[in-house]
Amino acid sequence: MGLKDMTGNFIYTKFNYVLGWARKFSLFHYPYVTACCGMEYMSTACAHFDIDRFGAGWTRFSPRQSDLLLVVGTICQKQAPVLKTVYDQMTEPKWVIAFGACAVSGGIYDNYAVVQGVDQIIPVDVYVPGCPPRPETVLDGLIKLQEKIQKQDQDWRWKKRRS
Amino acid sequence: MPTRLQREAKPDSLLVNMGPSHPAMHGAVRIMLELDGERILNSELELGYLHRGFEKLCENRTFFNLLIYTDRLNYVSPLINNLGYVMTVEKMLGLEVPERAQYIRVLMSELSRISDHLTCLAAMAMECGAFTVFLYKMKAREFIWDVIEATTGARMTTSYIRVGGVRADLHPDYRSSVQKAVLETRKVLKDVHGLLDKNKIFLNRTRDIGVMTPENALDWGWTGPALRSTGIAYDVRRAFPYLVYDRLKFDIPTGERGDNYDRYMVRMKEMEQSLRIVEQCLERLPKSSRPLAAGEIDPAEAIQAGRSQKPKEKIRISPNLEGAEKEVNKDILTAEGGCVIPPKEDTYTTIEGLISHFKFFMKGHGIRPPKGEAYFSVEGGNGELGYYIVSDGSDKPYRLHLRAPCLHLLAALEELIKGRYVADVIPTFGSLNIILGELDR
Amino acid sequence: MEEKTILDDLRKTFPEKILETSAFFGDTAIVIVKDGLLDIVHFLRKKPYEFNMLLDLTCVDYQGRSPRFEMVYHVFALAAKRRLRIKLSLPDDRPSVDSLAPVWKNANWLEREVYDMFGIRFEGHPDLRRLFMYDGFEGHPLRKDYPLRKRQPLILLRK
Repeated sequence: MGLKDMTGNFIYTKFNYVLGWARKFSLFHYPYVTACCGMEYMSTACAHFDIDRFGAGWTRFSPRQSDLLLVVGTICQKQAPVLKTVYDQMTEPKWVIAFGACAVSGGIYDNYAVVQGVDQIIPVDVYVPGCPPRPETVLDGLIKLQEKIQKQDQDWRWKKRRS
Repeated sequence: MPTRLQREAKPDSLLVNMGPSHPAMHGAVRIMLELDGERILNSELELGYLHRGFEKLCENRTFFNLLIYTDRLNYVSPLINNLGYVMTVEKMLGLEVPERAQYIRVLMSELSRISDHLTCLAAMAMECGAFTVFLYKMKAREFIWDVIEATTGARMTTSYIRVGGVRADLHPDYRSSVQKAVLETRKVLKDVHGLLDKNKIFLNRTRDIGVMTPENALDWGWTGPALRSTGIAYDVRRAFPYLVYDRLKFDIPTGERGDNYDRYMVRMKEMEQSLRIVEQCLERLPKSSRPLAAGEIDPAEAIQAGRSQKPKEKIRISPNLEGAEKEVNKDILTAEGGCVIPPKEDTYTTIEGLISHFKFFMKGHGIRPPKGEAYFSVEGGNGELGYYIVSDGSDKPYRLHLRAPCLHLLAALEELIKGRYVADVIPTFGSLNIILGELDR
Repeated sequence: MEEKTILDDLRKTFPEKILETSAFFGDTAIVIVKDGLLDIVHFLRKKPYEFNMLLDLTCVDYQGRSPRFEMVYHVFALAAKRRLRIKLSLPDDRPSVDSLAPVWKNANWLEREVYDMFGIRFEGHPDLRRLFMYDGFEGHPLRKDYPLRKRQPLILLRK
């Protein structure tokens, strides 16, 4: 009877739930800020629209110490390898929020210099549209991500989950 | 391909990258440093990590449509970029803007300037370790953004200042919200003066660091608060007055030594002057043609009342986009038909209005400045923001070039940090207020 | 010092170098021959004109017209608060012009940007290489014959 057979077991599901609860309310985010959405990110993080009340307050300025990558702003072709390197340096479990229209799909810039959406480089969990999105929209996206984290199969064994 | 720094560096010095994704690099500038211990021997900057092809895009969009791209240039003071672009096009067309619109433009651009300086100094202080200052200034910025949002509809990227005037009139409660914003900003500025002005740590990190002499600053093409901190009082609002700045009273603060502390002080004093201009605008704003409604009617009530056969009183809800009704149109937009959108009452009820609305947006028609070129500059948050537009008579600009003040400021950074410590890079970079949207276009 | 006097002085001192002067929409502009640039700039920097600041340096691509490129310089006299636009034309085939980097320091980066976007070489520039685009990017984006959406990705994209 291996660990795989335990899925559906009462203890396993409860443990999963507790781990999910712990992970969703203690997100350390890495703000990969490039452009105008950075201003709305600053507003979200500050006193009026506090992101800290959702548990995601502490900004870790190192990818190795964070588990949520907030891609804020336009990603250009020159910046793409850097983003991929930063994403690869993050340790599992990790999630990505594409913040702003430019990160979601290239935004209003459809030209030679802009990557049309961050999902062409890294897998994205939540897309937050807006140019720039209002802080309430960002918090709504964060709550959706927290629901997703709660529901997913928590990966507490050392195993590569996705490419 | 090895960079210039790698080629020129001494073999036993350390090469450190303050990379494109760095919390203190305001986005994405790469600074490569050649270090001997902590001292910087040489440095090299690499840009282009936010090059979004603004100038090439503008050649493919009509004069009206490319207004949204101008918001995203200097994104901390977006209304000033709008203003610069629109005034260049108005210069080519020879348009005269109504007076109320001019005062509204000045009010909005001064609020943007205050928000720009607040953000710059908040980021600079946070990077030096003063996190409280950052939170206080963001709080003040929220009040200013509330004012801008109630009038324009968006907090940041507004596209509010249009060719021929502004998009809509001020909202009915503007007086109280502007006064609240001014009051809160003054409180925050007083607190920050108390926290940072004589603070030993802040002084040690900013006094006599990043010093620039006036002649050198002119050689580098510096303008704006950075040039004024060296002692030269050049301000585009005084030198080439545009809109109604010649009728308003404000001082131009200058510094003495041209170091980081002076740049900080000049920005703080400029915010006070901008608040003075905002108050003068409030006093002198010409009266609106429509008496502003004191209370607003709930839309659900209005619909309910409109359904009854004989409504008891006239329903005071705007038939148009709020603020752009027909009676106020002549206050906020110029009378030249070909360059502005007609009011919605005309578009939906008369055939002439419909045709002129249609022709404005159709390809090949709309805003078409005569053949030629023009250069116009406004005082942005960082200096002289200039637009150079070449028009060939069609509805798209042939070439649009932005004179970005940040480029000239940042070009001098390599010289400013040579011989200093690594920790001096942060306040120097922060005090120059590098906004990447403008730098990389 | 009136604009007219400056233009007259320029025309007197460099009769063969100035091609025309114009005043579109209130801006004064002079069109000069390519090799007269450094002489005219040094002349304008001296007293009594004292154009001591280079505001801007850019290029316009008139495709289909010969000469194809036109360099545009904006200089500014701080004390007299006067601006002047200097224009010169460059051919399509291997366009190059004297560099203003020894004269004004900010010309260094401005010329690198023009080289990056248009492909114009500057003689005497200490370090001419791309400013905005990355190594491996082929072509010069702001030329009219470079398509708007031609992307050259640096890494393999997922979709």
